[in-house]
Amino acid sequence: MIDEETVRHVARLARLRLTPDEQVTMQRELSGILTHVDVIQGLDLDGVAPTTHVIALENVLRDDVPRPSLPPAEALREAPEVIEQAFGVPRMG
Amino acid sequence: MSALEPVIGVEIHVQLRTRTKMFCGCELSFGDPPNTHTCPVCLAHPGVLPVTNREAVRLALEIGLALGCEIAPRSIFHRKNYFYPDLPKAYQISQYDVPLCGRGRFTAVAEDGREIPVGITRVHLEEDAAKLMHLGGSGRRAGAERSAVDFNRGGTPLVEIVTEPDLTSAADVAVFLRQLRQTLLFLGVSDCNMEEGSMRADANVSVRPAGSTALGTKTELKNMNSFRFLERGITAEVERQRATIAAGGRVVQETVHFEPETGEIHPLRSKEEAHDYRYLPEPDLVPVAPDPAWVDGLRAGLPELPQALRARWVGEMGLSHEDADVLTESPELAAYFAAVAAEADPKAAANWVRGELRAQLRERGEEPWQGNVTPARLAALLGLLADGTLSVPGAKEALAEVIATGEEPAAVVARRGLGQISDEGELTALVDRLLAEHAAQADQLRSGKDKVLGFFVGQAMKATQGRADPGAVSRLVRERALGG
Amino acid sequence: MVGLSAEAQIAALRAGEVSSADLVEEQLARAADDPWGSFLRLDADGARARARAIDAAPERPPLAGIPIAVKDVLSTRDIETTCGSRILEGFRPVYTATSVARLEAAGAVVIGKTNMDEFAMGSSTENSAYQLTRNPWDADRVPGGSSGGSAACVAARQAPWSLGSDTGGSIRQPAALCGIVGMKPTYGAVSRYGLIAFASSLDQIGPFARTVRDAALLLSHLVGRDPLDSTSLEWPEPVRVPTAERLDGLRVGLVQELMGEGTEPGVREAVERAMGVVEDLGGTVVPISLPSSEQGLATYYVIAPAECSANLARFDGIRYGARVAAETLLEHYEGTRGALFGPEVKRRIMLGTFALASGYYDQYYGRAQRVRTLIVRDFREAFAQVDLVASPTSPTVAFRLGERTDDPYQMYLADICTIPVSLAGLPALSIPCGLADGLPVGLQLAGPAFSENRLLDAAHALEQAIGFDTLPPGVEG
Ligand SMILES: [Mg+2]
Ligand SMILES: [Zn+2]
Repeated sequence: MIDEETVRHVARLARLRLTPDEQVTMQRELSGILTHVDVIQGLDLDGVAPTTHVIALENVLRDDVPRPSLPPAEALREAPEVIEQAFGVPRMG
Repeated sequence: MSALEPVIGVEIHVQLRTRTKMFCGCELSFGDPPNTHTCPVCLAHPGVLPVTNREAVRLALEIGLALGCEIAPRSIFHRKNYFYPDLPKAYQISQYDVPLCGRGRFTAVAEDGREIPVGITRVHLEEDAAKLMHLGGSGRRAGAERSAVDFNRGGTPLVEIVTEPDLTSAADVAVFLRQLRQTLLFLGVSDCNMEEGSMRADANVSVRPAGSTALGTKTELKNMNSFRFLERGITAEVERQRATIAAGGRVVQETVHFEPETGEIHPLRSKEEAHDYRYLPEPDLVPVAPDPAWVDGLRAGLPELPQALRARWVGEMGLSHEDADVLTESPELAAYFAAVAAEADPKAAANWVRGELRAQLRERGEEPWQGNVTPARLAALLGLLADGTLSVPGAKEALAEVIATGEEPAAVVARRGLGQISDEGELTALVDRLLAEHAAQADQLRSGKDKVLGFFVGQAMKATQGRADPGAVSRLVRERALGG
Repeated sequence: MVGLSAEAQIAALRAGEVSSADLVEEQLARAADDPWGSFLRLDADGARARARAIDAAPERPPLAGIPIAVKDVLSTRDIETTCGSRILEGFRPVYTATSVARLEAAGAVVIGKTNMDEFAMGSSTENSAYQLTRNPWDADRVPGGSSGGSAACVAARQAPWSLGSDTGGSIRQPAALCGIVGMKPTYGAVSRYGLIAFASSLDQIGPFARTVRDAALLLSHLVGRDPLDSTSLEWPEPVRVPTAERLDGLRVGLVQELMGEGTEPGVREAVERAMGVVEDLGGTVVPISLPSSEQGLATYYVIAPAECSANLARFDGIRYGARVAAETLLEHYEGTRGALFGPEVKRRIMLGTFALASGYYDQYYGRAQRVRTLIVRDFREAFAQVDLVASPTSPTVAFRLGERTDDPYQMYLADICTIPVSLAGLPALSIPCGLADGLPVGLQLAGPAFSENRLLDAAHALEQAIGFDTLPPGVEG
């Protein structure tokens, strides 16, 4: 189960505005999914290491050699708002 | 209630001096027009992936080694998640539970020779955020109508150095940071330019009853762009915490900002109401497991660091801790001094390099190692001073000439006739003339007014443009006036 | 020509029976007439120009002039790439994915971008923000997902082959439901640079084709290390176009956990018949158990959403994509993301954010990573006994449009057979192995890491012996 407050908190962390309806649906659906997901709670995982990568690669490093950057016009061309060759952002304060 | 003592730990972010960014091939820059050093990777376009810069790893390893850290056999990157416009992926690639370097120690030495040992918790690699520009209003975030992001700086390789809470005063923090900066400069890993933001320090400050070992609630003093402000900020924050507790209040864990203009401390509104970075292992990068042979090679190749130089200079040359500290301000200055001290009296060398040389060069905007005064020339000048050829004023004048012309000091002295007059006959004639010209003062001298001796020495210097040997003049005035 | 396999098209081109311009024109005509909703957009002008250039060039790279369709999850320079999402509406990337660039360098001609579940999250392509895609075998049914458009267009002869991406089954399951071949290679085989990330530790690009040989040929041009993807692998041996006709000595383990109640009888029967074919061809079939695979779905629905919550955080309407006007930054973030992500994407972001949040991390994300270790271990033990493991690709045949959209977990069950392989990072493919109620059934074969050639050999021998006709009724050959 996941309560209303947790749904609101998680939505804020994820920067998602949920309508009141969505909030209710989300709480129901997440709770439903979590009841299935909770099968992992019962397992004995003593001494089992986590898997973060399935491939055994290490030290994939790049030489410190410059590659061409984008022309600013191209870097900015998909931006919804451009201010003085920079990416516009609404009021922050 | 027993006195409350400060407990301070610092976190230092240092931009590494690589050619390219941490995870993409964009060239590093400073001061270029906005968004001229960006690519799909550092703009976090959909589908891009990071690739780690080997040189950044190398520089971070050197820092770890210089700070006596253990190098992790295998370290990994994490994603640190938070939304902010200067963070294009909305996560910073950083290191979390397995940093590249851990558990080191750095011992700073105060001017009085007191050691300030500081535990290094970790040294880890991460990427810098982009630059925000605030438009309209005051030009600050608060009150700005809009803001805009320049990603040139975004993705610059950073090393974060975290200390244990081992520091107990703002002054010690300043000494520690200055000497840590010197070490980083000697390693050549960063410009460490605080004004330009290539070195930034945060301090975690708390207070506790003297003698206690428990830690009080800490506040984080953010983003101070000079050691002086940081020192003042810590002092102000310690006072604020003491006052809060004295008034029966409690310190709240929060981020605070120091206002240098007013000297006040203000809580800073946090980047996210609830700090929850939801660290997760970065699946797009594989572990960094530095080859032990590589690490050994880096360790062997480290330059002699300022801590070691200072200890050696204090021990072998008899320099004061203060002299040693100032002379290791930068690797260039230290090398310059070492070269002078190799051929001249070290203490005199220290005095002249710190004092007269830098004072004269400052007007020209030059550093000692840049201009005409090569270490050999300064050593030669100090030799002329030591053997009595030059008086101190003469030496200063000769130095000015060397700076201007690049001539050898001996040649300057000869050409300008700056050599000290020690000739007994010449000085005796001069003294006799002065005693005759200033009969009243001569009488005073004879009646026991020793102070007047200085007057005659001064007159002698004036008459010789400072070349008279003051000791000899003083002796001769007594001899000729008192007949003794 | 559109009825031909890619291999046959290549032969026809080489023999001078057709020009690339004509071939591309024919495929474009098919793709433009799109009752299935396979394509989000065609690049007709671009494709024609490239085809003409290839016809005129003296050099003939191996895939010269052959059309291909690409899932809209792959970044294509100057060609709108939306990932099936409103948040990327109108977005024109400034670079091309390595996988697509490699195929173009080999001469392939991209004709268009295919429909998909938004950000590859879904098993029916019903989560596309733009359109439905219909199954060419039955227009009232789903093509599977998330690469539904890439599967449907190959089944419907709109393209000879296509690229998809597979995180928990998104190539194999739609291949199964559309009666074609789909392959997810070993994790790291194909560069992910330019693949818009859903769950980075699971995502892989792979081919859809109507024959195993075509799938192998396409894969052979995709694998290999890419300096832009730290997790891409140096490939140990070239991927061969298979010729095997027999399975002598091959040991195949049939996964018991996936042949039970949860799997439709018609699907089980088709898979069992295929196992009979394995034995007919000289192989042996043994029952095998993957006990931790029971937890596969739960593990996946923690790990994949957790990664997705970070991967999709960059969609903030600042550097690219759409935004919703707002006064303040917080309103901007929440409004843009709240309005422009679809329900399933929001659900997974929420689930993943929750699984990583302070207080829940150990219980969810931390545990799931450790269960993942058990799943990896299960496969390792299985491959000590058998060469390949077999199972249904999907527990059901194609389901009806709208049938599972009300219950997210019912939809998640569609990937129950494919997810454990994904968590272990192993190569697997799906080939059609028969019909149940007139709809295709997919057989999944999975092998150890780097066993692509062995898998393709086995799949080819079985495909030939089974003789499945990939042409859906009502589709012109
Ligand atoms: Mg940091
Ligand atoms: Zn870049």
